[in-house]
Amino acid sequence: MKHKELTCIGCPLGCRLDVLLDDTGAVTMVTGNTCPNGEKYARKEVTSPTRIVTSSVRVYGSKMGERMVPLKTAADIPKSKVMDVIRDLAGVSVPCPVEIGDVILHDVAGTGVDVIATKHVE
Amino acid sequence: MEKTEYNLIIIGGGPAGLAAAVSAYDAGERSILVLERDLRLGGILNQCIHNGFGLHTFQEELTGPEYAQRFIDRLTERGIAYKSDTMVVSVGTSEDGYKEVAAVNETDGLLLLKCKALILAMGCRERSRGALNIPGFRPAGIFSAGTAQRLVNIEGYLPGRRVVILGSGDIGLIMARRMTLEGAKVLVCAELMPYSGGLKRNIVQCLDDFGIPLKLSHTVVRIEGKERVEAVVIAEVGADRKPIPGTEERYECDTLLLSVGLLPENELSIGLGVEMSTVTNGPVVNESLETSVPGVFAAGNVLHVHDLVDYVSEEAALAGKSAAAYIREYDQGSISEEMARIPVTVSGGIRYSVPVSVAPGRISDWLKVRFRVGDVMRNKKVVLYLDGVKELSKRRHVMAPGEMEEVVLTRKVLDKHPDLKSIEIKVEEG
Repeated sequence: MKHKELTCIGCPLGCRLDVLLDDTGAVTMVTGNTCPNGEKYARKEVTSPTRIVTSSVRVYGSKMGERMVPLKTAADIPKSKVMDVIRDLAGVSVPCPVEIGDVILHDVAGTGVDVIATKHVE
Repeated sequence: MEKTEYNLIIIGGGPAGLAAAVSAYDAGERSILVLERDLRLGGILNQCIHNGFGLHTFQEELTGPEYAQRFIDRLTERGIAYKSDTMVVSVGTSEDGYKEVAAVNETDGLLLLKCKALILAMGCRERSRGALNIPGFRPAGIFSAGTAQRLVNIEGYLPGRRVVILGSGDIGLIMARRMTLEGAKVLVCAELMPYSGGLKRNIVQCLDDFGIPLKLSHTVVRIEGKERVEAVVIAEVGADRKPIPGTEERYECDTLLLSVGLLPENELSIGLGVEMSTVTNGPVVNESLETSVPGVFAAGNVLHVHDLVDYVSEEAALAGKSAAAYIREYDQGSISEEMARIPVTVSGGIRYSVPVSVAPGRISDWLKVRFRVGDVMRNKKVVLYLDGVKELSKRRHVMAPGEMEEVVLTRKVLDKHPDLKSIEIKVEEG
């Protein structure tokens, strides 16, 4: 039996959630939530938390004199891989022009998810 | 000779200005000019590269630049004129009721423009160290969170390696994560108030995810270092928000980020002589988002600071529509005499409302009255009274100063009160 404490992000109430896990890591009980969304969030956050990662990398050859292009993972990736994604992006630079949605890096950090540009840079 | 007369000029090409322009066009107005002081449209969204924008407007989570591009595309599809890299230096009114706008840029030099209606959409800026009275030298390494955001995301510089953040507004929280991802060590985030003004989601995903402590009821009491920040001392504060002696903690660091609030940027509005609210630091507006100067409208963070860009877009769309209607009336010579307007009064811990007065005849279907409370409140009801009659009551589990609230005034409810004299919004015990 294990306890995990979380803050619910569903609304400004920010309930303190107490999650009870059995020895296999399965959720047996969620307390502290004041609505069903809290329980849903707790179950996901404890068993398979995910995040969208956003960052930026250098561009070269911009007519507008821009230095950076912002980007994001095209889908959520496991939370444990966030720093791996960032490490994969270190040192990456891309030629202009870049369009929103252009793939900057395929299958980042072995997640199967692409990193895509989020801004037009001429 | 370049055109110098427009029906509508919009000052600011950020989210508010873009949405206002598109909405005015869609309401039939074709003579529109947007003036933007940055090199590109989109305003502050360009440096907000994190996601979470647009859930209300587009039912999907976009990053700031993506959200901006959706509106820039709408602007260019409609062929609406804009000038970027153009700074408005003053606005005024002439005797014939026209508004006069003086602006400068590198190619045109000084531009003197005239318009029938004007929309103020200049946004806001961050409170700076000067507004905080923190003693100490003036070393390098003290940045507002937004400045650091621009340096990292647009300019490609990391402004420091060991960071203390004062204030837990959303930009500060976002920058705690951003600096961490770029290789800096964020030591602590100190917040003067006993609660954070930032979204719960940002506290969890920007601080908790990276093990960055949030110290509530704490503030910076000393900044050490003469050339560059060398350390920051924070201390706990009491209920009077004064530091408690003996609680000081010293953090060796090279950077202090300030995320201590936003101020609407209204120098131009004040120069024009519009009546200002001392609570929001923005113009006082009616149901059409029209200021005390007829034909001058305001929307977005210049009016009152918003937490979600979706609400800015929605509000600005109303300003655009109202401006288009004003121009039609102006052209027909039917600008109504001073309309009877009913004041909106707020109480029970509500700090302000936007708008502050309503002409019921101007509301076609509904009007959203937005407001903020002054403190964290639990288990309350928001109640709307028209002439003392309770017309709407909604339960709120929790309300916080950082989350904008709204009440919808519908045509149907207004029709029940043909001789309406008072509109009141109250927070009552739930």
